[in-house]
Amino acid sequence: MLNQTLTIELLKKDFPIFSRKINDKIITYLDSSSTSQKPIQVLDSQEKFYKEYNANIHRGVYKLSEEATKAYEEAHKQVASLINASAEEVIFTSGTTASLNLLAYSLCKTLKPGDEIVISQLEHHANLVPWQQLAKQYNLKLKFINIDSECKLDLKHAESIITDKTKIVSICHISNAVGTINPIKDICKLAHKHNALFIVDAAQSVPHIPVDVKDLDVDFLAFSGHKMLAPTGTGVLYGKKHLLENLSPFLYGGDMISEVKFEDSTWNELPWKFEAGTPNISGGIALGIAAEYLKKAGLENIQRHVKEVSEYAVERLSMIRGLTIYGPKDPKDRAGIISFNIEGIHAHDVATILDREGVCVRGGHHCAMPLMNLLNIQGTVRASFYLYNTFDDVEVLYNALENAKKVFNV
Amino acid sequence: MIDPNQITEIPLSEEEEIYKENVLDHFRNPRNFGNLTQCISHKELNPLCGDQLELFLKIENNNISDIKFNGKGCAISQASASLLTEFIKGKSLDEAKQVNEDKIKELLGIPISYMRIKCATLSLKILNKITGAKNVKA
Repeated sequence: MLNQTLTIELLKKDFPIFSRKINDKIITYLDSSSTSQKPIQVLDSQEKFYKEYNANIHRGVYKLSEEATKAYEEAHKQVASLINASAEEVIFTSGTTASLNLLAYSLCKTLKPGDEIVISQLEHHANLVPWQQLAKQYNLKLKFINIDSECKLDLKHAESIITDKTKIVSICHISNAVGTINPIKDICKLAHKHNALFIVDAAQSVPHIPVDVKDLDVDFLAFSGHKMLAPTGTGVLYGKKHLLENLSPFLYGGDMISEVKFEDSTWNELPWKFEAGTPNISGGIALGIAAEYLKKAGLENIQRHVKEVSEYAVERLSMIRGLTIYGPKDPKDRAGIISFNIEGIHAHDVATILDREGVCVRGGHHCAMPLMNLLNIQGTVRASFYLYNTFDDVEVLYNALENAKKVFNV
Repeated sequence: MIDPNQITEIPLSEEEEIYKENVLDHFRNPRNFGNLTQCISHKELNPLCGDQLELFLKIENNNISDIKFNGKGCAISQASASLLTEFIKGKSLDEAKQVNEDKIKELLGIPISYMRIKCATLSLKILNKITGAKNVKA
């Protein structure tokens, strides 16, 4: 354990932002489930691209274009290896939202009126609104798996609503709002039993825990680069090869075609069929570097570290009178996301007071307004932990929360 | 790891004292809280933090003869509504139209960060919709 902690302490030095002070205070960054900080290796890769080999990919035959193309293709391999996929199954997008929209637009148009889509009450707006709106457009029925009082999926209810009418099941691996780790494998089996496609919103899991698409047997998996140390505007859609081959393209344009005539066109091979236009080349290359960084640090190590720090945080926060933590009670069902409220102080006021102590947390509905309504709250304060967070960060948080209570005299 | 027993209390900064004295009073004991009937009203949400606010205005001879607000949300949104209603009650519609973001900040008297402006000005946004609205009936 000492060795692990030591390794993580060393890793924190890779993140230049932590040398910054705000109002003379060090930054206690507890909002990684919103976006992670970036290590120097990722930042350097972007600078290197623009300074040394900036060129478009798959187009020029000159040296610069060759280098850019090789690096961008290599990034697909690096990301594929992180999730145990093949490079052609890895489509680079601008983020989880874009990946899920791609699926919703492309899959819903193949369905018949009355076909059913199943998601859950836990979903982020990105895995809810696209299905909701396309269901309206194509007269499909959208159903929600209920959650229990600890924000865990009710699997009995899932069994009752996933039927032969169900064509798509799309569930988050880890809830961004309350940190629930969902039993993805069980739901995947249930979906497949009824011949439904199974999609996973893995925005909160790929950065934090080992994810193996073959082991999970998911059909599609969406995640964001910027939550896993890569720049904003990067993301991934994984899909099983035969499914991607049968799926029609979502965006049409350059680089995604094989042959274009005035009358009709044919499509490029995977994954380029789904990457129309000049992509975010520097971001994609940096995403590959981020994937390598995570592999080197070890997702098991990151998972263990985040678990230790966040379990300690739960322990400390539970000592604060008037503080309620939402989500699963059993640590095995919870990721490094702690969602809570202090009685008598609105989440945003807590976040504002914490900000003055250099503590960055999210206050609000976490893009899960229906879930907040269900919990009968306006929002929560969310502290989320990642590989660079320490036990000291927990103490700073604890202190700042006690201070917030003092400010509000509660 | 820091020893929890070694932690000293962080003294409140001047800003926080003001937060405490000025805003918290209006948050805890909001003035003009409630509903009005036979009035003009409008409701808005602040999607950032889920603040909800509804403003009720009774307008007689171009004067705001009575005003109330209802809602829930953060201290800044609720206190600013309380302060705003207190400020414009009895004033003319023209005077109410003059109220701007700076005035709200002045009424609150605490530094409002860029990210919290929407909370602070939610009540003003509603007021502007009402006073700018056509068919304002007395």
